[in-house]
Amino acid sequence: MTDPPDKKPGLYTGTFSAGLWRENPVFRLLLGMCPTLAVTAAVKPALTMGLSVIFVLLCSNIVVSLIRKLLKPHLRILMFTLTISTFVTIADLFLKAFLPRMSETLGPYVPLIIVNCIIICRSESCASRNGLAVSVIDAMGMGAGFTLTLCVLAAVREVLASGRVFEVRVLPETFVPWNAMGMPVGAFITLGLLLGLVNVVTGKRA
Amino acid sequence: MDTLNILLVGFISIVIINNLVLTKFLGICPFLGVSARIDMAFGMGLAVTFVVTLSGTLTWLIDHLFLIPLGLEVTRYVCFILVIAGAVQLVEMYVRKFFGGLYESFGIFLPLITTNCAILGLCLFINLWGIDNLLEAAVLSFGAGVGFTMAICIMAGIRENLNLADVPECLKGAPITLITAGLLTLAFMGFAGMIK
Repeated sequence: MTDPPDKKPGLYTGTFSAGLWRENPVFRLLLGMCPTLAVTAAVKPALTMGLSVIFVLLCSNIVVSLIRKLLKPHLRILMFTLTISTFVTIADLFLKAFLPRMSETLGPYVPLIIVNCIIICRSESCASRNGLAVSVIDAMGMGAGFTLTLCVLAAVREVLASGRVFEVRVLPETFVPWNAMGMPVGAFITLGLLLGLVNVVTGKRA
Repeated sequence: MDTLNILLVGFISIVIINNLVLTKFLGICPFLGVSARIDMAFGMGLAVTFVVTLSGTLTWLIDHLFLIPLGLEVTRYVCFILVIAGAVQLVEMYVRKFFGGLYESFGIFLPLITTNCAILGLCLFINLWGIDNLLEAAVLSFGAGVGFTMAICIMAGIRENLNLADVPECLKGAPITLITAGLLTLAFMGFAGMIK
């Protein structure tokens, strides 16, 4: 587990912060769009989804990083998917047992973490090439970036759809809820506008 | 007659009202990635339709013949993803052997179908809706494929025209595509309630 790049100073913090902004999975890499759109009608399910993804990403990155020397090139995608689906099953059973109502809200989107491109992408481009430490930090960074993005999107939609954030009322009673925000339309348009906003910000910085 | 009715209603509902892409957010990645040209979109739609019909039917069979009788529901996700990966591999081999030209034009998209959430999503939805007859599962799977093809082709048609439009610099590319998709779902919301 002592690959040369592990020893560079600042690599760990760099890897972590890359996931948060520079290589943010949703805004910059456009990965994992399905859960991003589907579970962001409110902050609570979005947060649960984000945490589940962090768990799966972390575990699969650890396993893939440990077995990376044994992987045959043509079978590696299959091995990734099998590893990921095992951990997703664990996460799904955990949610069913301890948060049954949340599990019902999220429905099939929990098992759909298996085909979330973020996780396969990180297995392929990071964990199968790097040591354990870098893979773990990369998983944390990417997971945190994903969760934060989900929460931002969900917060915008929840405020406009019901005047609440995290089920706490923030806008006055007189606010007329925008029902469309809770529907698929709201998901697509909010994400589109947020992406545009991110483009404006990065364009100014460059 | 009654069965035919149920099948027809199920088919229409999954193509238009419960369209996987526009109401369930499944298969968004190819929907955004491959919808730049209408011929490629149509090819992708055909490949997905084929794989989804095959794997939807197969996973239903496996679920009802092996997993439920043997009490192995825990391994459902692992089995489903294996079936899908196998089906994609099969299609890839078949297409390469018998339709060389088509294989060339699919390129990377064929193997990528494995990670298309529309397919696993449909298998899970069939399970969730408690479909208990093989014919219905097959029709629903086929309908899901048709719905995907329709959505991606409409999107490609719009995007070909969008090239001529004057879009603000920061919204070019993915953002405007997402906003267009949003407006498209708005149109499809009109169908909601047509069938209960």
